Amino acid sequence: MAVKVIIPTPLRQYAGKQESVEVNAKTVAEALNSLTSQFGDLKRHLYSDEGKLRSFVNVYVNDEDIRYLQKEKTAVQQGDTISIVPSIAGGSGIAGTVRSN
Amino acid sequence: MLRVAQTFIEQIHKHGVRDYPNECCGALLGLEEEGHRTVLGLLPLVNQRNDSPRNRFSITSEDVRLAEKEAKAKGWELIGWYHSHPDSPARPSEFDRQHAWPWYSYIIFHVANREPREMRSWRLDDDRAKYAEESIEFVSGGAR
Repeated sequence: MAVKVIIPTPLRQYAGKQESVEVNAKTVAEALNSLTSQFGDLKRHLYSDEGKLRSFVNVYVNDEDIRYLQKEKTAVQQGDTISIVPSIAGGSGIAGTVRSN
Repeated sequence: MLRVAQTFIEQIHKHGVRDYPNECCGALLGLEEEGHRTVLGLLPLVNQRNDSPRNRFSITSEDVRLAEKEAKAKGWELIGWYHSHPDSPARPSEFDRQHAWPWYSYIIFHVANREPREMRSWRLDDDRAKYAEESIEFVSGGAR
């Protein structure tokens, strides 16, 4: 089934500068696998070295967060749109408890 | 190079001082033209890390989508993010590196005991191994 994957702006440079890529897939996992097979440089920004989706990478199917569906096993239908959206995290890493003493 | 007008520098400083000793965060909206980025607007956001806000920040994917919509509505792009390092240098931490993507500009600024200090911008390398500093051009006045 053909589904559209929207490529987030920061990662378009690794996907032939395309805003979206059409892939054939029955699940989110298959769609992302197809995407990263076509565009290998995308993989390190989506997956950890252990092959899991990075903790800050969120995937939506037609505006539904897959965390509340069947995660990467979520089925996709012909014409669905998959969006990849980061959450942004970071910080100094210096323990606040130390400073508050 | 990242061009940032003085008015936005002041807004970011105020946000960091107001939220001290917690980290503050927000989105940078703007445009990239001929390799030069210009910040044209800010979207201050709420740090969602309630468990450890003094040394961590988090922006939800819903807020990221909101920031993208805000930028698009103005004909701009979501070009990056800012966050404060209270009592800590304006350099990316290992935790910052692990949670970043290339292309975005990441402004980090040091707030020392409620006083705004150094502000620097960073971009993650393609191989995710390290950041390169992006020079900030401080522009007087308003948006451009």
